[in-house]
Amino acid sequence: MEIQTETILRTENLKAFYVLDMHGTQKIVKAVNEVDLAIKENEIYGIAGESGCGKTTLLKALFNVIEPPLRLIGGKIYYRVNWEEVEVTSLSPEEKRRLRLEYISYIPQGSMSVLNPVLKIKESYQDFIASHVPEQSRKETMELAQKQIVELGLPKNILNAYPHQLSGGMRQRVTIALSALLSPRIMIGDEPTTALDVVVQRGVIQMLKEIQRKLQNTIILVTHDMGVHANVAHRIGIMYAGKIVEEGTTIQIFDNPLHPYTQFLINSLPKFGDKMMRESVPGSPPSLADLPRGCPFHPRCPYTKDICRESMPGFSYPDEKHRVACWLIGEGEHGKAS
Amino acid sequence: MEKLLEVKDLTKQYALGSLIARILITAVDRISFYMDQAEIFTLAGESGCGKTTTAKIVLGFEEATSGTILHSGKPQTRKEKVWITEGVQAIFQDPFSTFNPLRTVDSYFFETVKNYRLAESKTDAIELIDQKLRSVGLTYGEFAGKYPNEFSGGQLQRISIARALMTNPKLIIADEPVSMVDASLRMAIVNLFKKLRDELGVSVLYITHDLATAYYVSDRIAIMFRGNIVEMGTVEQVLMNPRHPYTRLLRESIPQADPRQTWSDTVTLAELEHDEYLREGCKFAGRCPMVMERCRREVPRDLFVGDVLVKCHLYEGSGETSPS
Ligand SMILES: Nc1ncnc2c1ncn2[C@@H]1O[C@H](COP(=O)(O)OP(=O)(O)O)[C@@H](O)[C@H]1O
Ligand SMILES: Nc1ncnc2c1ncn2[C@@H]1O[C@H](COP(=O)(O)OP(=O)(O)O)[C@@H](O)[C@H]1O
Ligand SMILES: [Mg+2]
Ligand SMILES: [Mg+2]
Repeated sequence: MEIQTETILRTENLKAFYVLDMHGTQKIVKAVNEVDLAIKENEIYGIAGESGCGKTTLLKALFNVIEPPLRLIGGKIYYRVNWEEVEVTSLSPEEKRRLRLEYISYIPQGSMSVLNPVLKIKESYQDFIASHVPEQSRKETMELAQKQIVELGLPKNILNAYPHQLSGGMRQRVTIALSALLSPRIMIGDEPTTALDVVVQRGVIQMLKEIQRKLQNTIILVTHDMGVHANVAHRIGIMYAGKIVEEGTTIQIFDNPLHPYTQFLINSLPKFGDKMMRESVPGSPPSLADLPRGCPFHPRCPYTKDICRESMPGFSYPDEKHRVACWLIGEGEHGKAS
Repeated sequence: MEKLLEVKDLTKQYALGSLIARILITAVDRISFYMDQAEIFTLAGESGCGKTTTAKIVLGFEEATSGTILHSGKPQTRKEKVWITEGVQAIFQDPFSTFNPLRTVDSYFFETVKNYRLAESKTDAIELIDQKLRSVGLTYGEFAGKYPNEFSGGQLQRISIARALMTNPKLIIADEPVSMVDASLRMAIVNLFKKLRDELGVSVLYITHDLATAYYVSDRIAIMFRGNIVEMGTVEQVLMNPRHPYTRLLRESIPQADPRQTWSDTVTLAELEHDEYLREGCKFAGRCPMVMERCRREVPRDLFVGDVLVKCHLYEGSGETSPS
């Protein structure tokens, strides 16, 4: 079942680099490099890729928090707010702050640290509400919080606990509940299930899906675990060396992965009932401060051709909603690579 | 034949809380298992089930409350430190915490060479280090003089395996070695375990909560729940045809890389960990979909269904009881 919906968050040729001063010489880490995304309303958009490929940096940029040493080098970010598209990188700090509070929320990696260890969960909630909600509706919001906690299947008395009294999975679910409290239109989650046990991970995924279904909002979810993507994402973008190299519906990505990198990501996963030798992606990812010429995957790719060493392929569109930047697939729109 | 490792009725208790409100947690409750040579044996289960406690006792880092541990038939005593460090090596979850960020990684290798007198000269030492690094897919050249932060997590984990191999151990205890690395790099590490087993005859006690890699690499597996081994047998038997309701829950909860196979039912999550530890009867009774009245009162026995050990009242009468 698919509903045609509007784009809620869009980037155009987004470039965000870390500009570092290393003993007088400049080092540039191209963490987000010419990224074009169009994320829809009412969808869970997954972003996958190896660690160090720029996923967290991309999320920070999408959240419109680009602070030194990270710099916006080029491109635009648009949110659709009240039926109108707004370019958000050029807003004033105050306008940016207000959007972040009311419109988009962020669950950072290792978000268990979001909760203040010396405060009861209730007090963390109160602090959050005090900084986000006008005086007259705070009491009401706290009541809402209590109701939401029960609805999401968390124990009611959790508000009276300290973070250290809860398991890691429980803390993670509290943080997610808090980030959903004000019904943001967009929620961004950075590896919210990584390092959790499978059963707890399943509980967290269940909760994210539940929130999305209730709020009918957009969730942008980063994880390197393709199994998690298969379970939650409607569409998936595969990131490699600061670029989106393939994007499609979840079914397209799993049934017909076209980029050799995507194929490695999927085929290297172990499967029950099949003990066949599985190879991980050969070699290691390139340094984003010293990218190879041409396609950044070519040094690890088993199918490298001459042209792959020369220039970055543009996107080909093998199917509706499916795009891939690889010289093997087609000619692409050259020079306009994402 | 003599087992490489035999653990019998191992128990470890921790006292928690203040003097007045003291509770006693049996973190490991009379567990028994063995390992053969050139075998990968997995201890699996969610966090707080006693995996690390078991590993620490087998490594001699902690003392058991009761029980016996035999290494190649010889009882382990805390004083036999020498034997322990030579025959058994450990790899931990976070490779970045294994190495001091201010020390070059190679200095650890030279230290091991010196402590164990593994080489006569620096040239011999380098040759030995290079040989160990090559078995994990690295070379001395790309590693000499570098600091931990100059490596990726996956590389550093392979380096810590190479370091463990320096003393030619018979047994490697790997406590959650892949939980901090990417899914794609996990395979590189577990493939390495296979290679060590098949080519060098090394055994690996693989501790993990990742059942997919456990199925892929191991020969036998024990599923732990709150201090107990609740199911044990070959991975084929235990993971392809799980019998204990907890094993079934774990197995079903692994997200399959198949968008057409998503979960339909909802899952009940754990109560507070210590509440489950303190539970009478079967510790899983609070979450078990097949719970019966007696589960809340009586601790299930170790039953055998074929060769598989299952600690569950459901199998009472259907199998034979523990031979002991
Ligand atoms: N604050 C920072 N300063 C400099 N470089 C950074 C900083 N944060 C991340 N990087 C670099 O940017 C690249 C992308 O990192 P990140 O976005 O965290 O990737 P991922 O989330 O995919 O692991 C990496 O090479 C990383 O070392
Ligand atoms: N040093 C300790 N003192 C008190 N309790 C401990 C100690 N080490 C572990 N425990 C408790 O023992 C149980 C098992 O822990 P552990 O062996 O670390 O489990 P796992 O490795 O499976 O996550 C947990 O409830 C834990 O809190
Ligand atoms: Mg990250
Ligand atoms: Mg542990």
